[in-house]
Amino acid sequence: MSNSMVNPAQRSGRLAAFHIDLPLLLGLLTLLGFGLVILYSATGQSEAMMKAQIIRLGVALAVMVGIAQLSPQTIRRWAIALFGVGLLMLVAVLLFGYVGKGAQRWLDLGFMKFQPSEIMKLAVPMAVAWFIAADNLPPRIWRLIVGFAMCAVPTLLIAKQPDLGTSLLIAMSGVFVLFLAGMSWRLISFIAVMVSAFAPVMWFFLMHGYQRQRVLTFLNPETDPLGSGYHIIQSKIAIGSGGVDGKGWLQGTQSQLEFLPERHTDFIFAVLSEEFGLIGVLLLLAIYLFIIGRGLIIASTAQDNFSKLVAGSFTLTFFVYVFVNIGMVSGLLPVVGVPLPLVSYGGTSMVTLMAAFGVLMSVSTHKRMLANG
Amino acid sequence: MLKKRVAMQDIAAETRLFNSRAVVAMLIVCLSFSTILLNMYNLQVRSYQDYQIRSEGNRIKVLPLAPNRGLISDRNGILLAENKPVFSLELVPEQIDDIDTTLSSLAELIEISEEQQQEFLQQVRQQRRFNSIALKERLDEQEVAVISVNLHRFPGVTVEARLSRHYPFGDLFTHALGYIGKINTDDLRRLDEQGHLANYAASREIGKLGLERYYEEQLHGIMGFQEVEVNNRGRIIRVLRSVAARSGKNIKLSLDVGLQLTAQQTLTEHRGAIVAMDPRDGAVLAFYSNPSYDPNLFVHGISSSNYNALLHSPDRPLINRATQGIYPPASTIKPLMALLGLETNTVKPDTRVWDPGYFTLPNSDHRFRDWKRGGHGWVDVYSAVAQSCDIYFYDLGIKLGIDRISDYMRQFGFGERTGIDIHEEASANMPSRGWKRARFNQPWYPGDTVPLSIGQSFWTATPLQLALSTAVLVNKGLLPTPHMAAELSSEDSSELVDPGLRPSVNVVDAENWRVIADTMVQTVATLKGTAHPAFKTAEFSSGGKTGTAQVVAIAQDAKYDAKSLDERHRDNAMYIGYAPAKDPTVVFAVAVENTGGGSSVAAPIGRQLLDYYFSAGVNANE
Repeated sequence: MSNSMVNPAQRSGRLAAFHIDLPLLLGLLTLLGFGLVILYSATGQSEAMMKAQIIRLGVALAVMVGIAQLSPQTIRRWAIALFGVGLLMLVAVLLFGYVGKGAQRWLDLGFMKFQPSEIMKLAVPMAVAWFIAADNLPPRIWRLIVGFAMCAVPTLLIAKQPDLGTSLLIAMSGVFVLFLAGMSWRLISFIAVMVSAFAPVMWFFLMHGYQRQRVLTFLNPETDPLGSGYHIIQSKIAIGSGGVDGKGWLQGTQSQLEFLPERHTDFIFAVLSEEFGLIGVLLLLAIYLFIIGRGLIIASTAQDNFSKLVAGSFTLTFFVYVFVNIGMVSGLLPVVGVPLPLVSYGGTSMVTLMAAFGVLMSVSTHKRMLANG
Repeated sequence: MLKKRVAMQDIAAETRLFNSRAVVAMLIVCLSFSTILLNMYNLQVRSYQDYQIRSEGNRIKVLPLAPNRGLISDRNGILLAENKPVFSLELVPEQIDDIDTTLSSLAELIEISEEQQQEFLQQVRQQRRFNSIALKERLDEQEVAVISVNLHRFPGVTVEARLSRHYPFGDLFTHALGYIGKINTDDLRRLDEQGHLANYAASREIGKLGLERYYEEQLHGIMGFQEVEVNNRGRIIRVLRSVAARSGKNIKLSLDVGLQLTAQQTLTEHRGAIVAMDPRDGAVLAFYSNPSYDPNLFVHGISSSNYNALLHSPDRPLINRATQGIYPPASTIKPLMALLGLETNTVKPDTRVWDPGYFTLPNSDHRFRDWKRGGHGWVDVYSAVAQSCDIYFYDLGIKLGIDRISDYMRQFGFGERTGIDIHEEASANMPSRGWKRARFNQPWYPGDTVPLSIGQSFWTATPLQLALSTAVLVNKGLLPTPHMAAELSSEDSSELVDPGLRPSVNVVDAENWRVIADTMVQTVATLKGTAHPAFKTAEFSSGGKTGTAQVVAIAQDAKYDAKSLDERHRDNAMYIGYAPAKDPTVVFAVAVENTGGGSSVAAPIGRQLLDYYFSAGVNANE
């Protein structure tokens, strides 16, 4: 940290001193504020849940600001260590993990229960970026192979828990690094073909019955309106009946009368769509788009490859969360348990996401005077 | 320097490479968001109406409210069918901490069978936890009292009241009122065909028989409903709209409780039926079939043992003998035969016929016998009716011929359903040449006409038809439609039931009708009259005719023992009558199965009926 300096060309003022990227902060705060408004309605106006969420937000913001104070170089030094610890924890989960909701995802540390997969969401792209950025871009083939391996090991460990959704997202975050690093299009095409070929193997050997059921239900929800199709049908009814201008805040009948399942967690987007209509959806997507755009700008203006790759990968992973969640709630994708980032009720994923944004802020605000030296 | 430049170039190339990848990524992001927006447009704009309807369908439920069934009373307003509150012990599982403890505590207070507890526990598992579930239905008054004073000990336990049909007079009016029972699939299909199914969404019972069935539409009322908002578990959040049910119409009958009781008491244990009617408008005053049964058994679903007992009883209590009892009218039709004889000029009032005690057809030596051994000697129309001389009517019947008899008697309502306001009615049989051809593929023989002339053989009639034909006689050809309902009234309106009189029989000479009426008065009033023994001490004037039918009882079972066969081959006793002799206000028919003579059994019953009729002033208010 001692050898890093604040770029004087950077935005002046106190925010710069705290290593805060103002556009990103504004985008995030707008999103969080809008999220709280929706959440108040989605929790059935539960003050207790609002309080818990606001506390979580405070913690998450503090984590973000805290990480923003670290320089990218420091982060880079810790990346491989974090990756190693994460791997050990995943093995530990498989051996002595705590079973909840039919999956073994939690590690009981005595004072708190902890999901090591959350660490890997950060550690995998950071470690892969560390490894790729050690050489010039585009990466040589052996580095790509090692990079893929670094994605595959934690992915398989998490898939075994089983948590297919998270494992795929983590694999994706690592692959984003390789993509941004300039992996050739021919290789990308080849991998795409390989993944398609792997799909049947995954269907028959890796996926559990309930996962297959989710996909089947996704393909035709109306065949099972009272069973697994119920979620999707009720969600689409909520969204569709919202119309252009919505039923009004707290007025969504699907949400308030609890026809909508998981309304404050995974399906909170349907609450927004029902109560604020297409206009609300446009507003939310605009905020997301702004944050993603700002993230990619931070990545492309970063000073070193590690920073570029990590910032770009975090941003794209954030986008994938948004897309997968909205896609599943609106019936475009099968139901996988992915919350709407920074809006859904719940702690762990929010802290992880804000930590990632802390890294982005660090990248954005720690720039050495060298280009214009 | 060189190395550094290469490094610099690398950095520039790397930056270009990264930026191009970032642009591709941003394009993918924009494309993905466009896909989401397109999908949102489809859901929220193009399919908006569809989802809007489905959303409303989710949240709005319409709860039907059953109307109260109309009440039925007798002519004096005495309730014959009422809605009585019945109490049931109900529990809301959601509000009870420990159901097993509550059950055992309740079982200490009142008797709750193991079966009831099991049934209840099964319902608890099947229903939503906020629904009220009955533990015991139809509590008696003491049970209601015991539970009520202990209710504070049992949160979530309530005593619920709902209205249930009750027939306070038990078996007295069963064949008139009928009863209501649980709606079954046949009822549902019929309601659907009539387009009334929607109105029965909240109703559990429907008129099954008698007036309850005939006036079902009027008695049922119009369903109300509550439009409520429910949540995903079906719990009612609030009432959006409510439309009260409209009670069914109350029906006042023309039947009289006292006269009905008299009918029941006079028939004692005999099978038979009594119908009394006002000839001036067809209003039925008494309508009783014996034996009867308690209609209350059917309201809550009759047990199979009770039902089998009714179904297989040799006395056939389920049959409505007043309208479904098919009896040979026997001598009760002799006045009408005589009237036809006079109106067709076949005989004159003073035409005399010699009765040696038998009758033979030309070219035949078969002797048709008179009921009186040795005969009545010379008889004219008066003595022929009053003493019920068979030979006079054999002779008259042959002279009239089947065609004229059949046509004429049909005009008095024989062989036709009377149209009384219940569905359980038989048409019985007024035979004709065509009927015999169709039924037996045989021509009509004069030998068939002979017993027909005294109301035997193929001619059958219901007690109601006999009363009705008497009404046509005293009305001089005007035929009323019998009806038990007199007035239908709702809260804001009422309508009288008056089907009116229909000219049915052509009057050739009114004097003939007066003569026939006289013959019936003489049956009652003259010393040799067959009804005289029964009526000699009467304080009122009346006309009547006895009948004794030597025929098998109705609806014979294929197998029964010899003892019962013997009993059931005894004569049926019949009596028809009207009173007072001048301007009659009541006509009636009495049929008693297998008890012997009309003169000795049926006429005394008629006498008691009229005694009550006049002493109580049943029909005197008009």
